[in-house]
Amino acid sequence: MTASEVRLCGLLLREHFGEVVEKVGTHLLSNGPQNLRTIVNATGLPLDQVKKTLCVLMQQGACTFYSGRKGPGSPAEYCADRDRILRILRYPRYIYTAKTLYGDTGELIVEELLQRGHLPMSETVKTVADRLTQNMEEGQSMDYSEVSSSFSKLVETHFLQRCPPVGVEKKASSSDNPTPSSAEKTTPSSAESFSECYKVPHVTLIGRGKRPLVTEEGEEQRNAKKPRLDTQTHGDEAIYWQVNFERFHLHFRDQTIISAVANKLDQTSSEIVRTMLRMSEVTTSPLAPCTKPLSANEIFRSLPSSYNIQRQILDQYLSLLVDDPMEFVGKAGESGGGMFVVNLHRALANLARATLESVVQEKFGSRSARIFRLLLRTRHLEQKQVEDFAMIPAKEAKEMLYTLLSENLVQLQEVPKTPDYAPSRTFYLYTVNQLPTARMLLQNCYKSVGNLIERRLFETKESKRLLEKSQRIEAILASLQASGAEPEQLTEVEEMITAPEKQQLDALRLHVNKLDSAENQVDETIFLLESYIFTTMTTN
Amino acid sequence: MVATDTPLGEEREAIGVELTFHWDCLVHLNIMAGKGRGVAAFTFNIEALGIGRGSMPEARVGPSPLFPHTDFKPVPLKYEEDDNYMLALKQEMRGTMQRRPHNIKPLNNKAVVERYTERYLKKIKVEDEEWTPDWNIFPKELMPQKKKTRPKTSAKKKSVKVTHKDAEAVLIKLDELAKKDDGTTENSDDEKEKKEKNEDEDELEEEAIDEEDIEEDNDYNESYFDNGEDFGAVSDDNMDGEATY
Repeated sequence: MTASEVRLCGLLLREHFGEVVEKVGTHLLSNGPQNLRTIVNATGLPLDQVKKTLCVLMQQGACTFYSGRKGPGSPAEYCADRDRILRILRYPRYIYTAKTLYGDTGELIVEELLQRGHLPMSETVKTVADRLTQNMEEGQSMDYSEVSSSFSKLVETHFLQRCPPVGVEKKASSSDNPTPSSAEKTTPSSAESFSECYKVPHVTLIGRGKRPLVTEEGEEQRNAKKPRLDTQTHGDEAIYWQVNFERFHLHFRDQTIISAVANKLDQTSSEIVRTMLRMSEVTTSPLAPCTKPLSANEIFRSLPSSYNIQRQILDQYLSLLVDDPMEFVGKAGESGGGMFVVNLHRALANLARATLESVVQEKFGSRSARIFRLLLRTRHLEQKQVEDFAMIPAKEAKEMLYTLLSENLVQLQEVPKTPDYAPSRTFYLYTVNQLPTARMLLQNCYKSVGNLIERRLFETKESKRLLEKSQRIEAILASLQASGAEPEQLTEVEEMITAPEKQQLDALRLHVNKLDSAENQVDETIFLLESYIFTTMTTN
Repeated sequence: MVATDTPLGEEREAIGVELTFHWDCLVHLNIMAGKGRGVAAFTFNIEALGIGRGSMPEARVGPSPLFPHTDFKPVPLKYEEDDNYMLALKQEMRGTMQRRPHNIKPLNNKAVVERYTERYLKKIKVEDEEWTPDWNIFPKELMPQKKKTRPKTSAKKKSVKVTHKDAEAVLIKLDELAKKDDGTTENSDDEKEKKEKNEDEDELEEEAIDEEDIEEDNDYNESYFDNGEDFGAVSDDNMDGEATY
């Protein structure tokens, strides 16, 4: 848990859940699992606020609890999950992916689940139907069954999964009853060990989405006092669903490979790779280094009908893909016209390498990038050899090498000729190790995102007064329009913001958009590097 | 990385210093090797490292600048359709998350007079302000505790709020014990009480006992011992009624 990670997690928690949650969250992250009293003491917050915070964190899945380490009588300990908090950065990408795959309904389902942590199916369906109905025209409403079918589709393709039950005694798979017991001192199991993970419950949801009632203000006050009684229970109250991030990550990985092929080769090759990946979606396990072998005949039959290329051309494309130095596709045999696999781990490693090279190029210039690429491919080189192979004059090569060395992108390895390490009789070899360098870059990425968020908070704080004023004016305008005012009144209100203030607001909006956009795009690099590091660690 | 676990001769130390990654270390090397003569003289053949005498970089004259010059400007951001959509999603999500009940604001004293603007801003608030977690899957100790009314005692004494029934008996017992001058018995009794209380899952909510005006007849402060009951409890003066979500 590095300092930059903890800082980034703290900022994300602050933005989405408030400062109180940030305090508790960062304390748990930096100090490991703790029980309630220790947290209260260390953070100095009131007890009930700490309790609320822990509930919120557990609802979102960012914190788990288990029985204390000192034995059965000790109080429960709470442990924060750093990875889960960092996922908050990627929420827009998940929602957008759901939209591209399953339309607006899918998008809203995933958005509801991400915002609320975990929900039962019936509640999700109702809320999403209501939201969709709001955006539809008057008189139309969304049927619950449509939303339910989208939900089921998401579960079938494993994008959503059930939350693991808490307090099941033995292995979770033996229990057929998904309702959790109320024992709070047992360990929760992981989601995948639960065999009912992807089973949609039999829930009869009949109805349509409701529009929110537009009432007078007095009525609103009265309605607020009445508790919202939803007397319909649907029998799935205790079955909670959450978003399955790993499945989304597999999807992102496939997308990255396909777009890399499209950039490097051409559209047709990317379609071929997309077909291969789609065919092996269900047969490949998440940690597999390559997909199952597919014969060229199968690929030919499964190509989308819009791409009617001849069999010969397909074979040529496949051999081109196999010969490409990025090693996206490999050949696994000759039967059936040639057996081909997509090398997932190697593709990730090569993509990470390309990222590193591009970072060096953008920071230090193309000549330094040439030296870096050279050292990546040929492991250890002496100073003189670097100059010769990179074809760069000696003085410049030295300077560039030392710059890279000072940034820790290149390391020095001593190889002694004599046991006393005399400098005149030792080889000094320059080398680049891909995995540690990738880790270092990942930490830089976390730091960058932290800096971007801080800068954005600073900018909004500077113009806080102006933002509040514009918010007020918008609210006044909205209420005036709703109660039917004349255009002169509206223009009068609009003129309350002067022209230079408007300019300032526009500039602020531009800056904030840029910073937000930058966060999203740095997150793409983070995803790539994280996947590479994870897959390399699991295979070694 | 430079291996540092072998015995260091002076030459090696010099090289080790030089090849750590800062320009100023090269200056350091100069000074070490020159030993005050003011001339860069090395104790070994510098040509072996491939560095000529003339190709030494300039010495650093101060701390590195906070925002160093970058020779290469960063690549511009992507502004495609997906990126714009994701940007809008992100900002919208941030707004909604901040209005939800999950977002816990720190306690601040609400202004007595409601500002005119807040009447308009309230309309935007999300409806479901109350959120109750499902206690089946959350540990029971996180449930908000109901507050009992304070027992009225004499005006001079500060009341101690406890939710345990025989806590008042404990108080009376403590009073009696305080009258005796037996310090050790009190100590052990206190510890027993402490253990009993800590084993309960119900948290005792208490005010800090005002030490000055408890017993006028003796100097012995019955709350001299910190028996652990104030552990973690904070004055709840600002909260009225039950804690809600």
